[in-house]
Amino acid sequence: MNWLSNIIRPRIRSLVEPKEVPDNLWHKCPSCEGMLFHRDLEESHNVCYHCNYHLRLTVKKRLALMFDEGKYENLPLPSVAHDPLKFKDRKKYADRIKESQAKTGLKEAITVAKGKIGGQPVVIAAFNFSFMGGSMGAGVGEAIVMAAEQAVKSKAAFIAIPASGGARMQEGMLSLVQMPRTIIAVEMVKEAGLPYIVLLTDPTTGGVSASFAMVGDVHLAEPGATIGFAGRRVIEETVRETLPDDFQTAEYLKEHGIVDIVVSRSELHETLSRLLNLLMGGESQSGGAKKGKKTDIAVSKSAQVKRKSSIQKEIRPDAPSSAKAVKQVEAAEKALENYRKAGASITEAPKKAASGKA
Amino acid sequence: MNKLDFEKPILELEGKIAELHKVGSGDGINITEEISRMQSKADRLLQQAYSKLTPAQKVQVARHQDRPHCMDYVDAFIEDFTPLAGDRAYAEDYALIGGLGRFNGRPCVVMGQEKGHDTESRIKHNFGMVRPEGYRKAQRLMEMADKFQLPVITLVDTAGAYPGMGAEERGQSEAIAKSIESFLRTGVPIVSVVIGEGGSGGAIAIAVADRIYMLEHAIYSVISPEGCASILWRSGEYAEEAATALKITAQDLHQLKLIDGIIKEPIGGAHRHKDEVIANVSEQIDLALKDLIPWSPDQLIKARRAKFLAFGRNGL
Repeated sequence: MNWLSNIIRPRIRSLVEPKEVPDNLWHKCPSCEGMLFHRDLEESHNVCYHCNYHLRLTVKKRLALMFDEGKYENLPLPSVAHDPLKFKDRKKYADRIKESQAKTGLKEAITVAKGKIGGQPVVIAAFNFSFMGGSMGAGVGEAIVMAAEQAVKSKAAFIAIPASGGARMQEGMLSLVQMPRTIIAVEMVKEAGLPYIVLLTDPTTGGVSASFAMVGDVHLAEPGATIGFAGRRVIEETVRETLPDDFQTAEYLKEHGIVDIVVSRSELHETLSRLLNLLMGGESQSGGAKKGKKTDIAVSKSAQVKRKSSIQKEIRPDAPSSAKAVKQVEAAEKALENYRKAGASITEAPKKAASGKA
Repeated sequence: MNKLDFEKPILELEGKIAELHKVGSGDGINITEEISRMQSKADRLLQQAYSKLTPAQKVQVARHQDRPHCMDYVDAFIEDFTPLAGDRAYAEDYALIGGLGRFNGRPCVVMGQEKGHDTESRIKHNFGMVRPEGYRKAQRLMEMADKFQLPVITLVDTAGAYPGMGAEERGQSEAIAKSIESFLRTGVPIVSVVIGEGGSGGAIAIAVADRIYMLEHAIYSVISPEGCASILWRSGEYAEEAATALKITAQDLHQLKLIDGIIKEPIGGAHRHKDEVIANVSEQIDLALKDLIPWSPDQLIKARRAKFLAFGRNGL
């Protein structure tokens, strides 16, 4: 029987069952479904090289990508009371924490690190989404306070990188009060005259988006990241209509004036270096390379294509939809002409009057 | 919503008493005796029910439509109330009312979420669910309070910030975050009272105060028990369990030292005793303000920060 079970059976099985791609070698892009080889993906910092979709990135890889030469120092997290409510749903909260710690090898849903970007001192507080959805409880809040204090102490810029579903409800009201707490942390940095930059990554929602994440001096966001207060489903249930595909994406938020720059991972380090040196009195990092170069401040293509009429209805009834576009342009040109005429009538009035009389 | 499940036997008795009153007027002693017997039974039941309300029952009481709402308080104890409107950028939000007035003679800024009291007013006030414009109005009012050194009174009563498409597009998160920031920066005494429902970010946006009180049967929570149940228990049917686990009652939160005090509601709740409850709230605000008025702007801001920074820091 041995030969039968050891040799024949596996052979039959291999004939019948489809060969599976080992998931550690190939990945599928969630957006374009293109196949991504693990080594190439690593090189592109988890960005799909077919469609530029930004897959989630571990904090470790992200920090290595952001700091100069990938060098940084992890700061030990402060300890707080865990599970103050002795919370239990289908599972004990204490057990959920232990599971997450075992799964991720991390203590909490946040990592604090110190190093340099563009030669400028920086403290970063980055969320680990894989740790309980990056939810913010007292431990996370306290880590942000500690990170801000460190930034002030070492005259460093503070960068927060949220990736979180929101407050950690297993800590009840104690998680909600982390909203003002983290804003106090940011206040300390601002009062010290140091830059506070937020890099919004996928996802940034709920109590996290409605606190420290929205009070930055500069708001950067990763392409395609979901950023918002209420969840998409909740809103759909409330308004009873389907939302545009790109609703609550980084690009959509930029269009609505909430985000300054949507920056892809390949440009992240350069962008941060430039910003920090501009804000902290450093030398130009590019050696004047940017001078005279055309800066793209136009509407991003995807945002242009994807904008739906529903936005226009509510917030900008006069925004061009395909049907109204021509009329819109005409109206704008007319307005421009009128402005120029008005200008002309002021500056050129004496001349005209003179020539008219003559 | 107008009838609370656990009040059913009491309401039935009260109905019968009312009927007897109608039928028996002028018809002998027996009925009067019967009425008083039933009345004392109803009182006893009410006393029993309200002496040990479960968290889930408190959720019902806190949301009761007949509870006094923000404007009831303002009308009762704010003189010269002058509502101010708009965020100066987009719209007026009737879900968050606010303006200038006098509390016990002293000029102040007052604001709060108003849920409305009938269908028409509920729609007008969007059931107390504030949009970004409301939170930006709050920021405006805080700046005004700071400039003219007027103490601030906020009355919290909302299911949460409005989850709508327009609200998202106009930066609901940013508006809430900036509202919290404005409260932290204002150098005047701030007193907040959760008078009904303290719903998550939409509530704390106007409750970063020097003194935070809750009515005895009010609730204050990071998420609605229904929402929590559907996420963690994967079914809304566990809302009762969630209400208990989340520790959302005034009593729980006072024990956790997250609020400064509890304001009494007479037996039967605020919806049965509006005037008394409003008087109790007024008295508590008065005490808190008397205590805070002598503080300098700098002291107030520092102490407020320290108070919030301490939450969760010292192991509770």
